[in-house]
Amino acid sequence: MMHVLPYLVAGWIFLVGCYGLATSRHLVHAVGCLSVCQAATYVLLLAVGYRTGGTAPVNSDMAPRSRPLVDPVVQALALTDVVVGATVTALLLALVIQVAKRHGTADPDELSELRG
Amino acid sequence: MNGDDLLIAVCLTLVAVSATAAVAVREPARQALVLAVLGLTLAALFTVLQAPDVALSQLAVGSVLTPLLILLSVRKVRRRGRVDDKEAGR
Amino acid sequence: MSTALRRWVLAIGAAGLGALLVGAFAALPDFGTGAHPYGDRATSESLARHTANVVSAVNFDQRAFDTLGEESILFAAVLGTVVLLRQTRDEDRVPPGSARVDPWVRRYALALLPVALVTGLYVVAHGQLSPGGGFQGGVIAATAVHLLYIGADYRALERIRPMGLYEVGDAIGEAGYLLVGVVGLLAGASFLANTLPHGTFNTLASGGTVPLLNAAVGIEVACAVVVLVSRFLDQAVEITDDAKSGKDGAR
Repeated sequence: MMHVLPYLVAGWIFLVGCYGLATSRHLVHAVGCLSVCQAATYVLLLAVGYRTGGTAPVNSDMAPRSRPLVDPVVQALALTDVVVGATVTALLLALVIQVAKRHGTADPDELSELRG
Repeated sequence: MNGDDLLIAVCLTLVAVSATAAVAVREPARQALVLAVLGLTLAALFTVLQAPDVALSQLAVGSVLTPLLILLSVRKVRRRGRVDDKEAGR
Repeated sequence: MSTALRRWVLAIGAAGLGALLVGAFAALPDFGTGAHPYGDRATSESLARHTANVVSAVNFDQRAFDTLGEESILFAAVLGTVVLLRQTRDEDRVPPGSARVDPWVRRYALALLPVALVTGLYVVAHGQLSPGGGFQGGVIAATAVHLLYIGADYRALERIRPMGLYEVGDAIGEAGYLLVGVVGLLAGASFLANTLPHGTFNTLASGGTVPLLNAAVGIEVACAVVVLVSRFLDQAVEITDDAKSGKDGAR
C-alpha cells in the first residue's frame, strides 16, 4: 500500500479541492479551496522525488556524497511555487473584494443571477 | 513498514484529513483556521519527506500569510452592506 | 444550469479524473524508489559550484532564468493587487482609533518581533548553506513586522511602514535580480550565468551569484508581502464606503 499511498493522497486532495471549488457558496471559500488544490501538486512533486533512506539535499553538515540524497529538482519546483502561489491567492482575494464591492454579494450563484 | 514509512503515512493521513476539513468547513473565517492547520500538517509532511526548504516556506506561507489574507478579506466583504458599522477599532 | 445538474456534471468529471489519476499512479515507479538522473546531476553540479544547499543551487544557479520568471509572476501579482485594492473615489478613509491590548500579549509580541526579524534575515543570508533562502526568509521577515500590529496598534505599524519605501524595495529586488544576471553577460557568458568566484565550500561567501540572487529575492519577497498585507489591512480596517453614495455609486 505504501508504494502508492502518497500519490493517492495527492490525487484525493486535488479532487476534494475541486469539489469545494464547484460547490462553494462564498468566493473567499472558493479561493481557500483553490489553495487546497495547489497543495496537492506539492505533495505529488515531493512524493515523486523521495528516495527511501535518502536525506535532505543539503551538504553543509555531512561529507558530500556520503549518503544518498532525495531529488532536489522537484523540491526547487515546489519551493518557489509555495510563495508565488500565495501572492496569486492574494490577487484572487483582491478580485473577490472588488466583486463584493461592485455587486454587494460574494455568493457565486447570486452573482450569476445578477448577470441575467 | 519501517519507521520512516510509518511517519510518512501518519503525516499523509493528517494532510488528507485536514484538506478534507478545509473544504467541508463552509464558513470562510473558520476555513482560514483549518487552512492554517493544513499548512502545519503539510510542513510536517515535507519535513519527513526530507524537504526542509519547502517545509520552511510552507510553514511561513501556509500557516500565516494565506489565513491572514483570507481573514482580512472576509472582514472586508462582511463590512460591505453594514454601513453603520463604525467601531473600526482593530 | 441547475444545482442538481451541476453536481452530476461534477461527479462524472471527478470520477473520470479520479480513474485516470489512479491509473497513472499505478504506472509510476513505487514511492521511494526510481532513478533520479536529473537530481543526481544537479547534486554534482552544485558541489562543483561550492553551493552546499542543492535546492538553492538549482533555484538560483541552474534554473536561475526560471526563477526570474517566478519572481516576475510574484511582482505582477502584487502589482495587480495594489491596483485592485486602491481607494476609489466613492470610499472614505476612517483612521482607526487605538485599541487596548492585554499587557502580556503586548510584551510577548514586542519581545518576539526582533527575534523573528533576525530569524528572517538569517534564513535569507544562509540560503546557500542551510535550508532557506530569499523566498522563505522574506516571508518570515515581512510577517515579523506585523507583530507590531498585534503588540501595539495599527497606527504604530503605519509609522514604521512608509508604504512608498516598500513599493520601491519590491522594484529594487526585481531589478537587482536582473542586474546580477547582466553580470554574467559582462563576463562574456550567458545571462544569469554564475561567473563570480565560487568561494570556499560551506562558508557564507560561497556559491558565486547564489547569495546575491538570494538577497535580491529576499528583498523583493519581504517588500511584496508587506505591501500585500498593508493593502488588505487598509481595506479591512480603514477604508469604508461613503455612507450616502456607497450603494448606488458603485453601479
